[in-house]
Amino acid sequence: MSGTESLKDAFFVIVGCGRLGSYLANTLSLQGSGVVVIDRRAAAFGNLSPVFSGFSIEGDATEFSTLKSAKVEKADFLVAVTEDDNVNILAAQISKEVFRVPRVLARVFDMRREAFLAAKGIDVVCPTSVIGLLFLDLLRRPPLPGASPEAS
Amino acid sequence: MKILLAGGGKLVYFLARTFQAKGYAAIIVNPDLEECQWLAKRLKSLIVHGDASDPRILEEAQAETMDVILAATARDEVNLAICQIAESLFGVPRTMALVHDPEQEEVFIKLGVKGAFSITHILSGLIERRVETEGVVNLVPLGEGKINLTEIALPLSAPVAGKALRDVDMPPDSLVTCIIRQGHTIIPRGDTEIHGGDRLVTLTAPENHAKVIRLLTGERG
Repeated sequence: MSGTESLKDAFFVIVGCGRLGSYLANTLSLQGSGVVVIDRRAAAFGNLSPVFSGFSIEGDATEFSTLKSAKVEKADFLVAVTEDDNVNILAAQISKEVFRVPRVLARVFDMRREAFLAAKGIDVVCPTSVIGLLFLDLLRRPPLPGASPEAS
Repeated sequence: MKILLAGGGKLVYFLARTFQAKGYAAIIVNPDLEECQWLAKRLKSLIVHGDASDPRILEEAQAETMDVILAATARDEVNLAICQIAESLFGVPRTMALVHDPEQEEVFIKLGVKGAFSITHILSGLIERRVETEGVVNLVPLGEGKINLTEIALPLSAPVAGKALRDVDMPPDSLVTCIIRQGHTIIPRGDTEIHGGDRLVTLTAPENHAKVIRLLTGERG
């Protein structure tokens, strides 16, 4: 895990504290990185583990002032992983273009929305295409032993 | 001209009617099925039911044939996505977005939506100008609002009435450019005397705008 070791001194802002956002926040915080996590619903912070040592901000990341209060201009990484593509697209672009965050990542479910965002220097992860490829790859392989029902 | 309107409510309905009356083709994309049915009964336009930030819906609405798209939904992030997708995937030449968060107006312009305008800015500006003084007849913001051209009707009892222009202590970055008196226009010099009842055309910066009006009309502002 030498890749994530070097992230120890980095400061992360994570937009969205659902399953994915909270997993990233918990993992990065545990390894010693500075983390601020933003979510519209305060209840979402229940997903953070007891050892999470970062900050949580209840607010709408599509509002400019919320991003400012999260000190996005000081972030090394911004990761936009709410359930809403449009929110991720907006938060990612503001972070890149206005706050000049060196590395910006966004989750975008819609494959056609993925393309234009990637052209703006944002790392886009599209779960639909990632999982689609994974499935196609599995389909081309023989079934794992024990994974298929016993042949009759 | 073909215009695509994304959004709901009476705003989109009346915009579509206005454009139709002018002979433009207006197409509406609205996410609410009932509203779509209501619109379809009242307008000759094509009404598409769906989320306009979804490229498939934009395709259905023939986005690639549009001259202008106006994104006027209630959410800023949706309006940004609509404009960017319309421009990058469908090559729509002019994109305009309604912005609610006033701080976001400049951000949207920076992100390539040249026609971003903040409804909060527009309305608050209108209200302030109305409340400021009854004497303001006309106000035109110029240079992205960095300078205002204002026509001010002086009351007969204005504190500057009877003074020469050079004796009026105008703040820096402001200017009386023209005096309209009984239908005649005067380009004033330092020794031009101001009369009660004159209409003055001034150039002001937003910072000293209220101060200039107060100084000339004597109103509270």
